[in-house]
Amino acid sequence: MTRAPLSLKIAAIGGLAFLHIPLLFILLYCFTTEEKSYAFPPPGFTLKWFGVVWGRADIWAAVGLSLKVASIATVLALILGTLAAGALARARFFGREPISLLFVLPIALPGIVTGIALRQAFGLMEIPFSLWTIVLGHATFCIVVVYNNAVARLRRLSPSLIEASMDLGADAFQTFRLVILPNIGTALLAGGMLAFALSFDEVIVTTFTAGQQSTLPIWMLSELIRPRQRPVTNVVAVLVILVTFLPILAAYYLTRHGEAVAGSGK
Amino acid sequence: MSLATLDLPAPREGLLRRLSDILVRRARLLTLLLLVPPLLWLGLVYLGSLFVFLGQSIFSIDEFSGTIVREPTTATLLELFRPANFDIVLRTVGIASAVTLLCAVIAFPIAYYAARYAGPKVKAAFYLAVMMPLWSSYLVKVYGWKLLLAREGAIGWLAGKLGLGGALEAWLALPLVGGPSLSVSYTGMVLTFTYLWLPFMILPVQAALERVPPHLIEAAGDLGAAPGLVFRTVILPLAMPGVVAGGIFTFSLTLGDYIVPQIIGTSALVLGQAVYTLQGTAGNIPLAAAFSLVPILVMAVFLTLAKRTGAFDAL
Repeated sequence: MTRAPLSLKIAAIGGLAFLHIPLLFILLYCFTTEEKSYAFPPPGFTLKWFGVVWGRADIWAAVGLSLKVASIATVLALILGTLAAGALARARFFGREPISLLFVLPIALPGIVTGIALRQAFGLMEIPFSLWTIVLGHATFCIVVVYNNAVARLRRLSPSLIEASMDLGADAFQTFRLVILPNIGTALLAGGMLAFALSFDEVIVTTFTAGQQSTLPIWMLSELIRPRQRPVTNVVAVLVILVTFLPILAAYYLTRHGEAVAGSGK
Repeated sequence: MSLATLDLPAPREGLLRRLSDILVRRARLLTLLLLVPPLLWLGLVYLGSLFVFLGQSIFSIDEFSGTIVREPTTATLLELFRPANFDIVLRTVGIASAVTLLCAVIAFPIAYYAARYAGPKVKAAFYLAVMMPLWSSYLVKVYGWKLLLAREGAIGWLAGKLGLGGALEAWLALPLVGGPSLSVSYTGMVLTFTYLWLPFMILPVQAALERVPPHLIEAAGDLGAAPGLVFRTVILPLAMPGVVAGGIFTFSLTLGDYIVPQIIGTSALVLGQAVYTLQGTAGNIPLAAAFSLVPILVMAVFLTLAKRTGAFDAL
């Protein structure tokens, strides 16, 4: 292999730096003593904002609601996404293409269209805003994340494993529990974690389905539009990075060796 | 060893077994049963509300009472072509194109290095370095740019330290791309969008570059082409489907966004904001629905063109 030209190396590393520097600045700003502006460099450093955030009931309530919504939406997406993947991974039938398009549609269409459409539907059916209206919106676009992960793994799973299981006398349910589930387990876990991160972070659809409720992203959005408590927002932003960082890292390590699924060698 | 010594549990009896037999023998029934719950959710709840909302674009609004007139008309759809409204469409498409172009330029070297020069370890590190920002919080990323672009923020400070303060002022004084500060200009908006969607461009471009057969490049070199010529005539055309695939994401995500222009940007509306104000304070659902059709139509055209370049194989 030849060595990369220096200019290419600089451009590549510069591009990656572009992707990471803004996140580092947020980290820096949580320690600033400046309250009224985004002055750089920070005039001084302090740890007191972490204590302030710790004592804020409204932020913890928003965190609690976000965690609740993300958990329920993830469970729903896991069930529906796995079912969809099971049906579409190998089967060939009329209408298969439009159906797989339908599963991708919620993330392909602008979030604002999905959000307004759901809000209108709630209004027409006189459904009051609640935890469940938020969950409904989130599960809709989380399904595709689970579906994508599960369908990729199912396609690599050798059909002869399933045939062998049946030949040895297992019925369809036993085969699912003992053969299929262990093989797609890590893919589902990874899909679930990504769905959780996606839901925990979602703001566009949520603004239309939450009513007066405040999830953590909604709280942050109001601070972004009208900054009133800059230091507190800085700390919350770092907390959000941490909460989404860990599941994503875990999902990466779970699917990293995806090629080495049992039976894929044939 | 005979098979009889294998200690297999006896096959289960009863209802469950019979159900299992039916499902195994009739694969189509199984597929159908698996599909019913997700289809009920997405087909009925999601697609249903989508059609009800978008369908209202054929209604109009009574100008005096502000109520929706439920009679089919093309008046609302034609309103999109009024200069004030059509400007919004053009402005948004312009921003989305600028973002897509900038994403492609920044993404290409990263993807090229990762695909052609990086060893397995560096490649894994690159992948993680692209995936982490991709999945980090959208609002936090926007917030990071608000910090950077603010008048008193880091970019202004750095420009001052490097003696480029004058250049920054001159750029902001330009028409169209300029403004009172970076955080209320098109420059800031395009930069933020580019930052947000860049990973979506890197991944498909890298996938396309990895599929360029190495012996094709060697053959071009053996036949006497200089590296620059090889790049222009062999590598770039083969990487184009990846760029188009990435463009699908960067373009459509920019078209539909209304949060970034609200936080970083000028007072002139973009599509997403227009839809948001129309359905909210203005209460004009028919026109909001008509505006919502625009990004969907633009993307349908984009996707049809993209399909011809083979971009879907690069996804």
